[in-house]
Order: sequence, then C-alpha cells, then structure tokens
Amino acid sequence: MSDEDVADAGYDEWIDAVSEGEGYFLSCENDHGSLPPRRVCPHCGSLDIEETPLPDTGEVETFTITHVATPNFADDTPYAVGIARFGDVRVTGQLRDVAVEEVEVGIQVAIDVAETETTGDDLVVFRPQ
Amino acid sequence: MSGVRVAGVGLTAFGASPERTGRDLFAEAGCDALADAGVDRDDVEALLYGNFMGELAEHQGHQGPLMAEAVGIDAPATRFEAACASSGVAVREGVKRVRNGESDVLLVGGTERMTNLGTAGATEALAIAADDLWEVRAGMTFPGAYALMAQAYFAEYGGTREDLAAIAVKNHDNALNNEKAQYQRAIDVETVIDAPMVSEPLGLYDSCPISDGAAAVVLVSDEFAAEHDLDAPVAVTGTGQGGDLMALHDREYLARSPAADEAAEEAYADAGVTPEDVDVAEVHDCFTIAEVLALESLGLCEVGEGVTAAADGRTTKDGDVPVNLSGGLKAKGHPVGATGASQICELAMLLRGDHPNSDAVADADCGLAHNAGGTVASAVVHVLEVMES
Repeated sequence: MSDEDVADAGYDEWIDAVSEGEGYFLSCENDHGSLPPRRVCPHCGSLDIEETPLPDTGEVETFTITHVATPNFADDTPYAVGIARFGDVRVTGQLRDVAVEEVEVGIQVAIDVAETETTGDDLVVFRPQ
Repeated sequence: MSGVRVAGVGLTAFGASPERTGRDLFAEAGCDALADAGVDRDDVEALLYGNFMGELAEHQGHQGPLMAEAVGIDAPATRFEAACASSGVAVREGVKRVRNGESDVLLVGGTERMTNLGTAGATEALAIAADDLWEVRAGMTFPGAYALMAQAYFAEYGGTREDLAAIAVKNHDNALNNEKAQYQRAIDVETVIDAPMVSEPLGLYDSCPISDGAAAVVLVSDEFAAEHDLDAPVAVTGTGQGGDLMALHDREYLARSPAADEAAEEAYADAGVTPEDVDVAEVHDCFTIAEVLALESLGLCEVGEGVTAAADGRTTKDGDVPVNLSGGLKAKGHPVGATGASQICELAMLLRGDHPNSDAVADADCGLAHNAGGTVASAVVHVLEVMES
C-alpha cells in the first residue's frame, strides 16, 4: 500500500481522467494497448507510445465472484471482478450496477471509477451498458 | 560442463505451525538435507534460498545469512524471490553454478511462514504477487486471479467444476500416505463442489491451503559425488525458465500459461528429452485450474484437454503419467517459498525409490518439476533423471 499522501504518478492521473469520462490508454505504432505509467510498449518494445482515448464500451472476457477478500475489501464481499476489453487494451475492474449472479462473459460495459465499501479508496469499475 | 546431482533432500512437515519461526523451519530442512546427502557442512560453498513474504509474515528481510546461520553454514547466502516460484528459481541458479564449475556443493531451498498471518493476512500477502496498481486495487485476490483464468478456460475450451474437482480428489488421494503432507484425508467430488466458495468458480477445495514449511536440497557436481562416493543416483538434467507480462489482462491468453511453455521447451531441450519421456511430474497446482494449465504447457496434454485428464484417469496414480504423487500443493500444502525446492525433493525420492508413492512409478527414470509464480508471470521447469552411475 502506498502512503495516502503521496501520489502514484501516471496511475492517479489516469484514475482522475476515467472518473471524468475521459479515460485513455497508451497506444504504440503497432496498435498495442497498455496502461500507464510506461515508457515502453510491453508488447513490442516501442518507445513511441501515446495517450489514446479509451473506447466508450468494453466487453467482459472473464470474471470471478470473490467471497474471501483481503482486509481492504472485507466489507465489499461478495463482489465481481472482471477483465474487460476496450479495443486494443484490457482492464481489470469490479462490476457495478448488476447483481453478481447476473454477470456473464460477453456483457457490454462502460468504465468508471467508484469507491470501495471497506476503505473508500478509488477503484476501477465496469457498469453494464 | 559438470552434471548436477541431487545428493540429499530435506523437508519439514507442511501444515499449520504458526509458532515456528522461519529460521527454525529452514534449520530442520537444511540439516535433514545435509544428513541425507552425507555431505559435510564445511563443504557447502553457498546457500541459495527462496522466500516470498518474510517481510510481511516475520518482519524479516535479508534472510539469506540468517538461514545459512540456522543450518550452521559459513558461506555466502542469497535470497531469491519470484513469488511462489522463489525456490524454483533458486534451484535453477544452483544448477547453473554447478554446471559452470563455480561450485561443487550447494545448499538450495526455501521457507515460508504463513499461518501466523491468519487467512485474511495471508490472502493480502499472497496478493502482492499481482500488479498492485492494476489488479490488487481492483480487489483481485490470488484465488481470484486463478478464478479469472478458470472462467476464461471454461469459456474458451469448456470443462466443468466437476472436472476440476477430480484434480483435487486425485491429489488428496496421493497425499494419504505422505506423512509430510498437510492433508492426509480422502475427499470426493461432492465435497469439492459443495465447499464454500473462495472466488467463483473456485471453492475451498479447489484451493491449496495456507501452509508453513521448508524444503532443502543439496546439489553437487558429478565429480564431487564420485570423489566422495555419494549415493546420488538422481541428476538434474534440464532447467528452463520463462517469463510473462505481470498483469493477467495484458497477456495474449487468459487461459494459458506461455511462460511455462517457454520454461518447458528450454528444459526439455536442455535435457534432450521430450514430453513422451516423462514418467512422473510434480506440477504447481495452487488451484485445480493451475494443474490444467501446467499439463498443457508441459506438453503432457493438448491445449483444451488438460481439464479432463484427472477425471479420465490419465494423471492418477495408475495413469499414463502420474501427476503430483506427493499430493501437490493442493494436499501436501504450499508454503510458497519452499514449494519449488519441495518438488525437487519429492521427485528425487520418487525416482530413487524411497518416497511413500515410489511403488506407483517403480520403473520411472524421468521426472518433471513445474513451479509457477503469480499468475505464471514466472515459471521454472526442471527435468530429473536417474543416472546409471
């Protein structure tokens, strides 16, 4: 865990951007997507990576409903964590605005930022479209 | 290039011993390995030691010298960390040092003390093997990560929770007579299916336990073994390591483990063997789905077919290639920093004939060890063979 008073440069700006509806990812000239902070494309080693707007809609490719959590998520259980693809990049987040038992592979979602029940920390969430 | 022999092995019992310190656990394993090898302490040239969560569990960093001291070794000591593959990578480093002539005698092993953290604390400690910014902050736990892989596997290739349960049943069955194993009790498919959920689709019995324990092996050169007339018939003939992107979501495949493909390919080529030569395997089944991914990466099953291997009897004690005769991480236990070295211990005993399950593989002369870190961003594979002299 990081000290609350010290930012994680690159990550915190991204969280702020997503919460304002202006999410982005890093794209290289070979159309590989990744998430900040990075200086190098992890897929091809390109140094030429730039911020590109995240597509509005993603698709859940896999998910799990977590019942046994770390202390930071103790009051959030049960919760659904999913990996969703937004164009050239995938993101991990929690499903919101949907009952956990109704989450399925293939559902269309929008990305947002919300707070955890347990600590009030920001986290990435997906809301079904 | 010298060959590398496994001269001795040492294992503590795996299980819940929350009061035992890491140094006491490793002292037992290390001393037992030296005694098993018949090697003098003074001949040990270095300790290569794996540990993952010592800072969190014991507020203890810099564990290398501490553990050398615990075993009574006056030699340089280095800690290796690769999450649950920590002692697997230590073994690999040891093999390379003996081969290149740098050392003739090494103590290699690892320890993890976990149960003193409790379930929530250990869950948090294990989670740091994942990407903190992009996975842990979204609430992804270690079981949750493998559950994401399991769900992706089901969607891509099919398979059921019952198929996965057969893996847990098999590994519990294998551990019944392993006195070092954490669980020495049989379970059935229904028990696995009805158990409380940890992270769906993985339940309590799809998951390895939280464990304390240590493991150690003495690696020596062929020359040292011959000069000292050691009884060391088992050699490490192949080593390989693979890596992958840290976060699962950045990988090309959500239901495969290409780092282990790479490690296996390198280890097979190094040993000059193929998957068809493998008689017995110890693989990293931290969760039932992990054994599936391992079998497919190791070439013991085709991609998409590993999920039914246990249910079909291909990997059971009397199957084509028995997998996890020790009980695996699932039943033997998973003190994470000890696991890679413990697989070498179990395989060496299976091959030399003094393991409780050696009779199941009486004619075996080639064994495979597969040790994975995180969601297989690290993978280490070793080939062990019985030598004629």
